[in-house]
Amino acid sequence: MRYEAPDNMKSAVTMLAKEQGAAFVLAGGTDLLVKMKAGMIEPDLVVDIKKIKGIAEIKKTATGFRIGAAVPGVALSENAALVKAWPGIVEGANLIGSKQIQGRCTMAGNLCNGSPAADGVPALIAAKAKVVVSGPKGKRTVAVEDIPVSPGRTSLKKGEIVEAILLPKRPPKSSDAYLRFIPRTEMDIAVVSAAVNLTLDAKGVVKDARVALGAVAPTIVVVPAAAHALIGSKLDAESLEKLAAACSAACHPIDDKRGTIEFRTKVAGVLARRAAEIAYRRAGGKI
Amino acid sequence: MSGVFVSTTINGDSVEFSCAADEPLLDVLRNRLGMTGSKEGCGTGDCGACSVTVNGRLVCSCLVLGAEVGGATIETIEGMADGDVLHPLQKNFISHAALQCGICTPGFLIAAKALLDKNPDPSEEEIRFGLAGNLCRCTGYDKIVRAVQATSKEMRGA
Amino acid sequence: MPLDTSYVQKTLKQVGTRPLRPDGLDKVTGRARFGADYNAPGQLIALVLRSPHPHARIRKIDTSKAEKLAGVKAIITSADLPDLTNGDRNMRDMLENCMARKKVLYDGHAVAAVAAIDVTTARKALKLIKVDYEILPHVTDVDEALKPSAPVIHDDVFTDGVEPKPTKPSNNNKRASFGHGDVAQGFREADVVVEHSFKTEQTHQGYIEPHSCVANVSPDGTGELWVCTQGHFVYRNQCAALLGMDISRLRVTASEIGGGFGGKTHIWTEPVALALSRKANRPVKLTMSREEVFRCSGPTSSTSIDMKIGAKKDGTITAAHGVLRYHGGAFPATWAEFGAMTAFACYDLKNVKSDSIEVIVNRPKTAAYRAPSAPMAAFAVESVMDELARKIGMDPVDFRIKNAAKEGTKSSYGPVYGPIGIGATLEAAKNHPHMKAPLGKNQGRGMACGFWFNFGGQTCTDINVTPDGTVTVAVGTIDVGGSRASIGLIVAEELGIPYDHVRVVIADTSTLGHNDMTDGSRGTFSTTMACVAASRNVVKELGKRAAKMWDIPEDAVVWEDGHAKPAGSNAGNFPPLSIREIAAGAGNTGGPIAGHNEMVADGAGVSFATHICDIEVDPETGRSSVKRYTVIQDAGKAVHPTYVEGQYQGGAVQGIGWALNEEYIYGKDGRLQNAGFLDYRIPVCSDLPFIDTMILEIPNPNHPYGVRGVGETSIVPPLATVANAMSNATGVRMTHIPMSPPRVLKAIDALKKH
Repeated sequence: MRYEAPDNMKSAVTMLAKEQGAAFVLAGGTDLLVKMKAGMIEPDLVVDIKKIKGIAEIKKTATGFRIGAAVPGVALSENAALVKAWPGIVEGANLIGSKQIQGRCTMAGNLCNGSPAADGVPALIAAKAKVVVSGPKGKRTVAVEDIPVSPGRTSLKKGEIVEAILLPKRPPKSSDAYLRFIPRTEMDIAVVSAAVNLTLDAKGVVKDARVALGAVAPTIVVVPAAAHALIGSKLDAESLEKLAAACSAACHPIDDKRGTIEFRTKVAGVLARRAAEIAYRRAGGKI
Repeated sequence: MSGVFVSTTINGDSVEFSCAADEPLLDVLRNRLGMTGSKEGCGTGDCGACSVTVNGRLVCSCLVLGAEVGGATIETIEGMADGDVLHPLQKNFISHAALQCGICTPGFLIAAKALLDKNPDPSEEEIRFGLAGNLCRCTGYDKIVRAVQATSKEMRGA
Repeated sequence: MPLDTSYVQKTLKQVGTRPLRPDGLDKVTGRARFGADYNAPGQLIALVLRSPHPHARIRKIDTSKAEKLAGVKAIITSADLPDLTNGDRNMRDMLENCMARKKVLYDGHAVAAVAAIDVTTARKALKLIKVDYEILPHVTDVDEALKPSAPVIHDDVFTDGVEPKPTKPSNNNKRASFGHGDVAQGFREADVVVEHSFKTEQTHQGYIEPHSCVANVSPDGTGELWVCTQGHFVYRNQCAALLGMDISRLRVTASEIGGGFGGKTHIWTEPVALALSRKANRPVKLTMSREEVFRCSGPTSSTSIDMKIGAKKDGTITAAHGVLRYHGGAFPATWAEFGAMTAFACYDLKNVKSDSIEVIVNRPKTAAYRAPSAPMAAFAVESVMDELARKIGMDPVDFRIKNAAKEGTKSSYGPVYGPIGIGATLEAAKNHPHMKAPLGKNQGRGMACGFWFNFGGQTCTDINVTPDGTVTVAVGTIDVGGSRASIGLIVAEELGIPYDHVRVVIADTSTLGHNDMTDGSRGTFSTTMACVAASRNVVKELGKRAAKMWDIPEDAVVWEDGHAKPAGSNAGNFPPLSIREIAAGAGNTGGPIAGHNEMVADGAGVSFATHICDIEVDPETGRSSVKRYTVIQDAGKAVHPTYVEGQYQGGAVQGIGWALNEEYIYGKDGRLQNAGFLDYRIPVCSDLPFIDTMILEIPNPNHPYGVRGVGETSIVPPLATVANAMSNATGVRMTHIPMSPPRVLKAIDALKKH
């Protein structure tokens, strides 16, 4: 295996594109090194992108936030403006692993790992976040949900690197929340998860919503019917019940060592309801 | 296998080493530099026994490549005491019996120091979540949390 | 003169205090050397090739390609470990477990091993070894393995304990029965009978340090082994036997041990490393990965238990009967027997019977795990006890107090009890503030009791007085959690010198006689007993030397407060001689001063505990969290109370993990699916509250200081304690451990539907 740490994106892309063998991007390495240890992958080339200028920065832009691909989880929670605007996204990213993992793991890496149980991703999808992808043919901007295609696989082409995550600007009275179910309090992979992103009108009525579920299907699932259940409501019991039912109906999970179909289907609805309540309060609504 | 030559700073000392490109920092510390204080409990970032700080950030050294740490500042358990003066955490871990077998202790100390550096007056809950990445199978964590609480109090002069 | 081991009450100056442990400094600075911290000059790195199949015949192993790989120095298979066990079934199983012979018996069973110049080369070599397997049907479930249709794992296992002995082989290697009275009659006398079937899943000790050793065998046939173990003498004896070495030619040095809990009482990789070293003629280091620890070390049994208890309305138990099925992994064992013996040990029962059924499955060879087999039996008994109490309208603590065993009770497994602590722990629980604290929404409280035998065993100790009067103590029992401090306290007390003048070390196997493992909660009990005897031998010698210095008869000297004194005015008028003064002159009075003892430490006092737990359950997800937990246990005498508390807390939390989330998950393919700390979920710091402890001291009459073992009992009650709390919080009786959220939610939803 060769290790390279170029200082610019163009070189990184070129190295990855030219490599004949198995080539991987290294940002936080918290998935990559585990796979190497387990013998699941045997890289010929690892390109460390952390030396690329600006790649570990969070920038507030005219259109929202730009989060570099190598920003570690812990740095997200240290950015007050980001936490205020997107608390659900930050809490999702901060649930990836322990404090030790937080010192390394990145949202971009979490996304490119392609797991339907990724804690960092449902809230991004609920936020309609986009990613900037650099590749041999230049840059393109794509929706976050278009990156993972199945467990462990992404739509990225050879030589392509996710360079940054773009979060849109928020209208007033907006917020989000992310909840996951794990048996312990820490250190587990999500058995099922839910992210809810809401915007309220002046009276506290939900005027826009987006709901995404994790670990209930091969990829993270957006549930328009769940969003629909919330829009126009003040999160009364009936709308929450509809939301939960819509979420459960959208689940196509599997039985595995972490949970059952039955459990995931039911708890998806429970978590979505609870996340909606948190997001609603954060957006200034009163229940 | 291409080797990598790395210059870095560990516990204040300039250190140079060569390692394989795919070699974790933990293996470099233990097998190349003789610093066996950092322990391998899992090699997959699930137990925290190999905790060190790299440029002030708490990490599992099993999930960092040796090749990555060129120019970095690394702190390990071997550098925690100031000469023969123990860090208050080390002192309190002994006096509170916060260890039984002691294999997890270096990782806990590094993580607890990182916690207190960032939050000098943590609540019990903050301590527990701050140390959730470190597994201990002997103590049930009770005396570890108490040792960290005592240290926090002592260091704040409270 | 042999030591009078009877308990003698006396005023203690040091035993019962809480000094700093001697190995603390090394352990907080990273200096302490654990298993993997040893390296030998010129060492090779070894890796083991393991079976991906749970049950298969090995047709052929082709190592030729791997042997040709540059940097590979030795490859071994079972052919390099010939069977020298001479009809000893246990030793043969041990050998077969270390390296599969004709068949692989579980996912992860070793089939070959490589020693190479580095780990990369060793890894490549493993991939070049080709094993031709004939896959056989497998069985991993304890109940399935007993069915007539189950694949039979060993064709030479015929059930013991059944008359006439079966002629057909099966996966049931033994049956046994314990108890007394007439159970059928007892159930007829009962007003209420409660009966349930229970299952518990397999758990692992979960020590943080993977097994590791460095083996170095010389061409002259002598060998050295550095290893993390709970018993280096036992490892020595077993490794020497399997490798055909004289025991005296193998010197084993124990490293610091990074947790064991029973899991480091068995050899796995050590004979493999020694055989590789012998073949390569180089030192060999072999360290298990975490995945290997889970797949191929020695977890505890999974179980299936039927439990039935009957009582009169006044709370008197009239009969109790349990059938306990435990698996020993892929080899014959007797774990169910331990379960059957411990199940009803807390109670004074007129009619009691427990039947044990030993089962063989395609899982790794079961090893001891802290009070092995007792927690599962206690789970079944104490769950039924709670329900029975509710049905007859009695407080669960009062119900247990009414039936508790006491001094003179004939135990369900045979012996008649001496002074014991079950009643005292129950009374303490009844009066504990925890019992009266208010509960919040979705919370429930539970309590349960537990028992463990404790063991003594072979022990050998040397105490040497150094020329400056400080003392070294060489013991052969591994310090798993602070025993060096306890031993130091006892020796300091006996000699009357300061604790920090006593340095306790774990001697290697060539410098001390055989010592049994640190298991069965025997470490402090037996080692302090031997140290008391050795200390008294030292005192006797010190007295002799003082007599010589004063030129008076030996019996005219007494030892008090670390000084020799004339026994009375008749003996002469001499100022007291300190140990330092006597030691300084030892060269002129007969040479170095030492005390030795070897013994079989008998009379380990049985141990009882009562636990209380508050739990909160999320009714919508089945997720539970322990809110408050109290351990009350009899220690006999707490030599170093802080480390006794540590044993109580640690055992309780292992039990909580077992109760809630820990389990081995095997797929239909017979492969272990969660061989790592990510999905084998041991409790993390944020899962828990502080664990309150209460140490009771009911002296063990068979130890000079009244010491009982304390290490294991604390893991016995938690499964039932948490289950009873869960039942009180949710209204559902959980009969399957662990009570993981999917199981709990399913039970809650089922209750709602009815």
